[in-house]
Amino acid sequence: MINTKDIMETITMIQDEHLDVRTITMGISLLDCCDSDIDKVCERVYEKITRYARNLVKTGEDIEKEYGIPIINKRISVTPIAMIVASCNEKNPVRIAITLEKAALACGVNFIGGYSALVQKGFSPGDRELIESIPEAMSVTDHVCSSVNIGSTKAGINMDAVKLMGHTVRRTAELTADRDCIGCAKLVVFCNAPEDNPFMAGAFHGAGEPDCVINVGVSGPGVVRAALAKAGDCDLTSVADIIKKTAFKITRMGQLVALETSKRLNVPFGIVDLSLAPTPAIGDSVAHILEEIGLECCGAHGTTAALALLNDAVKKGGVMASSHVGGLSGAFIPVTEDAGMINAARTGCLRIEKLEAMTAVCSVGLDMINVPGNTPAEVISAIIADEAAIGMVNSKTTAVRLIPAIGKNVGDELSFGGLLGGGPVMQLNTWSPARFISRGGRIPAPMQSLKN
Amino acid sequence: MRAVVTVIGKDTVGILANISSACAKHQNNILEVTQSVMQDLFVMIMLIDISKSNIPFTEFSDEMSALGTEMGLSISAMHEDIFNSMHRI
Repeated sequence: MINTKDIMETITMIQDEHLDVRTITMGISLLDCCDSDIDKVCERVYEKITRYARNLVKTGEDIEKEYGIPIINKRISVTPIAMIVASCNEKNPVRIAITLEKAALACGVNFIGGYSALVQKGFSPGDRELIESIPEAMSVTDHVCSSVNIGSTKAGINMDAVKLMGHTVRRTAELTADRDCIGCAKLVVFCNAPEDNPFMAGAFHGAGEPDCVINVGVSGPGVVRAALAKAGDCDLTSVADIIKKTAFKITRMGQLVALETSKRLNVPFGIVDLSLAPTPAIGDSVAHILEEIGLECCGAHGTTAALALLNDAVKKGGVMASSHVGGLSGAFIPVTEDAGMINAARTGCLRIEKLEAMTAVCSVGLDMINVPGNTPAEVISAIIADEAAIGMVNSKTTAVRLIPAIGKNVGDELSFGGLLGGGPVMQLNTWSPARFISRGGRIPAPMQSLKN
Repeated sequence: MRAVVTVIGKDTVGILANISSACAKHQNNILEVTQSVMQDLFVMIMLIDISKSNIPFTEFSDEMSALGTEMGLSISAMHEDIFNSMHRI
């Protein structure tokens, strides 16, 4: 018989501490859907997605019930649509976005990601059309997520794309202003984007991936916080050990769900994303872990160091628990999706400058941050450039998901509902980077030696 | 295939009887039972063999949750692999 204590620990983690599998994401290649006729492309895209993913949601629900572990989202990621649009004579990517939306509804998934372009070194056919269509695509669909990779450690930063994305983010907010600018919550700008990420809004199915694959993202900030609370005033070596052990257990559960899903759907298992993904629910917050480690409020001095410890320990604990690890892997800090972050932003303890520093030591980047509605496009571009520079130089993924709150100012709030949450509009530095952004061109790839 | 049935709640008459008869009805053989009182709560853990079950395990799991609601207890039936994978290397 399994140890009673172990059984009770698992049950408590699930029932009281919000342990869950955040997402099962099926990656589907659309490379074989290319055609010069966009009607044929849409037809093939819809047919392939609905054929491959028709049992995804049902399988997820069965596993959820049999193992007693909540699986919050079932999602699909597809080949970056810019690559598919490149083959069409009529370059109207919004039609493919609408097709993706229909396919998502037919399969019953929560999100579909891959309305994406990879332009870190320059624009190829289809890329510019796709980026320019993002605002419209985000406003006419509810389930489609978009991402654009504008930089990498090997390629440097494409500042023409950065400039374009500043305008794109603003325009997306304007077109969805009647829905609290939600379009921007489905749009992320990356540096060093991973090709196997199961998390939205940045999931896409990279060109090096197999035809179809199952990737799983785990969650569990509440479990880590509860374990630390139980341990009391131990030193930081013990804190790191507790996080590692907890991350191991969380990831083992993710690995089990991933293998079972892969077996039942007869689709290869890709990776488990070792993540601590918060939700707006009380008790499911990464900020609260940092506060449990000993900060009065997330954003105080010491936050970056505590987050570095947390992020590293999550990876160390998780990596042995899974046969393949990938995606974004680390602690997420999306402000509006985390009860503790929302609170810290409201009180003014957590500011964007601190968040930027935090992104240097954890997974992803400036995520789900509401900014004033009158923020000019070049300021958004400059924030993207700063964040991309952190990713480029440190050989890590960084991302920016800002929501310009059209018609609102600092202190006002946006509310998206569900996992996306909501929160206050945060103050930005208002000095102008316009001349820097208008230069365009590329920031060269950084040195990989003489590290200092 | 084996599963773990966990019952948590206030101790009342007939908990074991109700759950055992539900198991028997569906040909799920009870292999082990442990029960204790933890923090004023009655906790019973049952290991059952579900390989000869006459209904899919998802349905049995639903039936257990419904029984729990009816009896004012928290009852969950979960595949044993979840515990093995989390607590054993």
